[in-house]
Amino acid sequence: MSVSAGRLRSDGPRGRWSGRAFYGFLLFSLVIGFSTLGALVLQVVLKGYKWVDLVLLFEPPSAEPLIAGAEPAILATIYLGVLLLLFTVPLGVGTAIYLEEYADRDRWYNRLLEVNIQNLAAVPSIVYGILGLAFLVRGIGLGRVLLAGAMILTLLVLPTVIIAAREAIRAVPDSIRQAAYALGATKWQVVWRQVLPAATPGIATGSILALSRGLGETAPLLLVGALTYVSFNPTILGEFTALPVQIYQWVARPQEEFRVLAASGIIVLLAILLTLNAFAIWLRNRYERRW
Amino acid sequence: MVTATSVTMADVSINLAEREQQLPPKEFREVVFDVNDLGVSYNGNQALQGVSLEIYRNFVTAFIGPSGCGKSTFIRCFNHLNALIPGAVVEGTILYHGEDLYGAHVDPVEVRKRIGMVFQKPNPFPKSIYDNVAFGPRVLGMTDGLDERVERALEQAALWDEVKDRLKASALSLSGGQQQRLCIARCLAVEPEVILMDEPASALDPIATTRIEDLMHDLKRDYTIVVVTHNMQQAARVADLTAFFSITRGAEGQRTGILVEYDATSKIFTQPFDKRTEDYVTGRFG
Repeated sequence: MSVSAGRLRSDGPRGRWSGRAFYGFLLFSLVIGFSTLGALVLQVVLKGYKWVDLVLLFEPPSAEPLIAGAEPAILATIYLGVLLLLFTVPLGVGTAIYLEEYADRDRWYNRLLEVNIQNLAAVPSIVYGILGLAFLVRGIGLGRVLLAGAMILTLLVLPTVIIAAREAIRAVPDSIRQAAYALGATKWQVVWRQVLPAATPGIATGSILALSRGLGETAPLLLVGALTYVSFNPTILGEFTALPVQIYQWVARPQEEFRVLAASGIIVLLAILLTLNAFAIWLRNRYERRW
Repeated sequence: MVTATSVTMADVSINLAEREQQLPPKEFREVVFDVNDLGVSYNGNQALQGVSLEIYRNFVTAFIGPSGCGKSTFIRCFNHLNALIPGAVVEGTILYHGEDLYGAHVDPVEVRKRIGMVFQKPNPFPKSIYDNVAFGPRVLGMTDGLDERVERALEQAALWDEVKDRLKASALSLSGGQQQRLCIARCLAVEPEVILMDEPASALDPIATTRIEDLMHDLKRDYTIVVVTHNMQQAARVADLTAFFSITRGAEGQRTGILVEYDATSKIFTQPFDKRTEDYVTGRFG
């Protein structure tokens, strides 16, 4: 039987048009997202790059914009980041291991715990700030110190770390666990020697992304009392400011010079956060595994 | 009487006859496992029921049967691996050298130390070749002379020559057949008495399959091997004894695995006692 020529042509342009329209919409979404972000970054960089200098990095803030720096804020942000990792990683990974490897799903309290963690991840950061103010600063009388700020950021990002760590642990195939059990390993040895090492890249990636989210937060820190003007370098149990808070303060000043300074501060903050994110992406690609 | 059929090739049947003559009579066999009226259920669904048989030392024993007949469930009873599945209940008894495997004070870790397992899909750990083999000895505290132990295990698994220059390379860089031999080496490194193999070659190509079968033949001298297989020629080639499992349907259509027949492999493939076995090995069913 012969096939007449022209059979393979499409009947009409309709199907093709809807495909093109959808493709166009996708491009449009992409352009909106990228161009907004690009414009913001470009504007900030153009405005602030001149003032990203040694003064900004190594001088305390001042009422005189030309000699004002952000050293206490940058240092405090680094301290906060280190404490945040120290607090969130053991707690978050521990919780994730419990939920994935030990918890009996049939128990009501384990299911309640799971639902709670999902919900906590969606609680606005200002609510955590109020909690920190009421419970940490006033309740247990910690005062308006850097440690209180680190603790409240910990609570803020903990659900994210738990969720990321659970995903990573769940991605370890059961065949690995069974192989380890079949060799006579105990549950502890299976988790500690096989599951955790295999899940580490995923856990690290999730933790770093959570860290960069925590470091960009301003609202909860304002509530637990990060001061806007701190001219001395921070200590863990002392008063503190942080880079986002410092930027917030500069932006609020009437003088134009402080706005430029704020732009420079944003560049520093962005550099820190993008470096962290880039490191997370590198980790993920470097150690990504296909089973 | 059923003669060798299209399923079992002619040369295999000759080997079978030879091999049966080599089988020691029952009174000279050492019983490793004595299974009595064993049943397994998952959340109340009976997967396997009423299985009684004996597994002998330095024999290769094959479990064959259609999908869903409970042969994989059965093999996992020997090393307590069913205990990892929530809702699994094992009834009946398995005596291991006379000791109840499911007794009150039995530690699954002690059981798995003596009874190793190779799985259907090669499942090397995402670590180096060396660390894969060394994992068992390490968790069991057998770290004296670890290097020699790893080398010996890899040699026994016929893998040493292929990997001796790259012990630090990732196990995932090996081919499927090599990975499965690595899993066998990993199992041998802790010097078990019994090796359970759950369809060890079903994910491999014919050449890799042949190597695994040759290996089973060699390992029989030092180990007792229990193998589940879908492949009847494989059972005919490697097993001394073969157990045929099938499925019965209950009043409400629930499927339960049962042991139909257990005998010398040559008997199962050439003169089965049960009609169901005959239908299965001649390819009329399953």
